[in-house]
Amino acid sequence: MSETLFKIFRGERAKGELCGYSVEVTEGMVVLDAINQIQARHANDLAVRWNCKAGKCGSCSAEVNGKPRLMCMTRMDELPLDKPVIIEPMRRFPHIKDLVTDVSLNYEINQQIRPLKPKPREADGTYRMQQKDIERIQEFHKCIECFLCQNVCHVTRDQQVQEFAGPRFFIRIASLAMHPLDTLNRLKELKDVFGIGYCNITKCCTEVCPEDIAITDNAIIPLKERVAGAFYDPLALLWRSLTSVSK
Amino acid sequence: MQNSFQIENPNPSFLETSRRDFWWIEPFFTAIGLLAFVIYSTWAAFQNEHYQWESYLSPFYAPLLEYDWWPFSPAFLILWAPAGFRLTCYYYRKAYYRSLFLTPSACAVGGRPQNYRGERFLLLFQNLHRYFLYIALVFCVILSYDAYISFTFKDGLGIGVGTVIMTLNAVFLTAFTFGCNSLRHLVGGNVDCYSCVNFGHQRYQAWKFVNIFNMNHMMWAWISLFWVGFTDLYIRLVSMGIITDYRIL
Repeated sequence: MSETLFKIFRGERAKGELCGYSVEVTEGMVVLDAINQIQARHANDLAVRWNCKAGKCGSCSAEVNGKPRLMCMTRMDELPLDKPVIIEPMRRFPHIKDLVTDVSLNYEINQQIRPLKPKPREADGTYRMQQKDIERIQEFHKCIECFLCQNVCHVTRDQQVQEFAGPRFFIRIASLAMHPLDTLNRLKELKDVFGIGYCNITKCCTEVCPEDIAITDNAIIPLKERVAGAFYDPLALLWRSLTSVSK
Repeated sequence: MQNSFQIENPNPSFLETSRRDFWWIEPFFTAIGLLAFVIYSTWAAFQNEHYQWESYLSPFYAPLLEYDWWPFSPAFLILWAPAGFRLTCYYYRKAYYRSLFLTPSACAVGGRPQNYRGERFLLLFQNLHRYFLYIALVFCVILSYDAYISFTFKDGLGIGVGTVIMTLNAVFLTAFTFGCNSLRHLVGGNVDCYSCVNFGHQRYQAWKFVNIFNMNHMMWAWISLFWVGFTDLYIRLVSMGIITDYRIL
C-alpha cells in the first residue's frame, strides 16, 4: 500500500482548477477506484459519471495524465506514481462539472444518420445472411460509445470543424454501409454532410479505443476508398458515364 | 489547490498537452527516417552512375530506361511512381501528417495552427492512390525479375550477397504492396454481400489474404523503405569497388 497524490479538475462550466487529494493505492486498483475513494473520504461533491466499472458502459471517459482513457480500465500500476496523477474531463465536450461533460452533441450527430433500410424479406419471411457477409461489421458493434475517439480526434478537438461527424459515427455508418441487407447509398452524405474528407488518417481514434476497434483501418479507410471510387476515380467515372450505371 | 486553467479550449495552442509520456519520440524518429530516405534517394537518383554491377541493378534505376532524348538520370523516369505510391499510401499519410505537418504530432497534443481543410481541395490527389497501386504491382514484377536475374553471373548461375539483398528487396516491396488499403478495397473490400455476388467466395478469400499483409502495413512500409535504400547502397558500394560482393554459391 502506498500514498499517491491525485490532481483532479474541480469546477463548473470550464472554469476551475486542479485540486490535490491523497489516495491509498493497493494492488489491483484502477483509477476509478481512486476516484471513488476520494469521493468517499475527501470530496463527497466530486462529480463523476460512471456505471459498470467493467469497460462496457462507456461512462467514465476522462483524460488520465493527458491521455483519453476509461478510468475503470486504467490500472494504477500502469501509471508513474512518483508524480501526481492528473485527471481531467474530456476536453472536446462542453464542461458541466468536475469530470462530467455534456456529450449530447454526439446524439445529435447520430440522429442525422439514416437507419438501416433492409431489402425485402425472402419468400419465407426471413432474412438470411452468411457469416462471411456479416463478420466485418461485427467488430463495429463492439463500440460502447465512450466517445474517447470523438474527444481525441484533432479534427474536432483542435480544428473545431463543424461539418465532420467524427470516428464514432464513421463506425456506425460503416456498419450500415457494409451491411449485406442495407439498400441505401450513403456515399454522397459521407462526403458532403459527414465530412469524411477532413479525416487525415492520423489514427488517434484507433489508439484510444478501449474496445480495440480498428476504427481507421477497418471503417474510415474502407469508406474513404468507397468515396474515392464514387467521386474521384477518373476511370470509374468515365466507365459509369459510358455505361450509365450508377449504384 | 493550484494550476488554475480553463478546459474545453476551442483553440489549443501548438503542442499544448497534459501528456507526460515521451509522445514526441515517435514523430521525431519518423521525421528523421522519412527525411533521411528522401535525401539519400534524391542524392542517389542525381548520381547517374554506380547503379549497376554485373547482373545487379539498383531498384532506384529499375527498370533501366536509358534514352538519348532524356538528358538526366534515368532514375527520374521511374522514381515518381514508387514515390507517388508511398506519398499517397494511407500509412505514410499518418506518418508525415504527424511528423512533418504536425497535424497533430501526437494524440491529445495541440496541432499546428492553420486553416485546416483535411484531405480536401489540393489534397484530393490522395484519392488517386489506387492508380499508383496499379503501377506498384507492375514494379513488383519488375523487381522480382531483377532479383531472378541477379542469380546469373559471368561464370554461370550463383548466389551472391547482392542476390540475397535484391531478392529480399522484391519480397519486402511485394509484402508492402499486397497490404495496400486500395488493393484491399479493390479485391473484395467494396463488396457488401459476398454470398450475393459473382465470384463472391473468391473475392472474400482475396480480401482475407490482403488482410494478412494489411495488418502489418506499417511494418512492411518501414522494412521495404529501409531495404530499398540499403539495396541501392550495397550495389553502389560494390560498383565503386569499396566493398566486394561475397559469393555464397
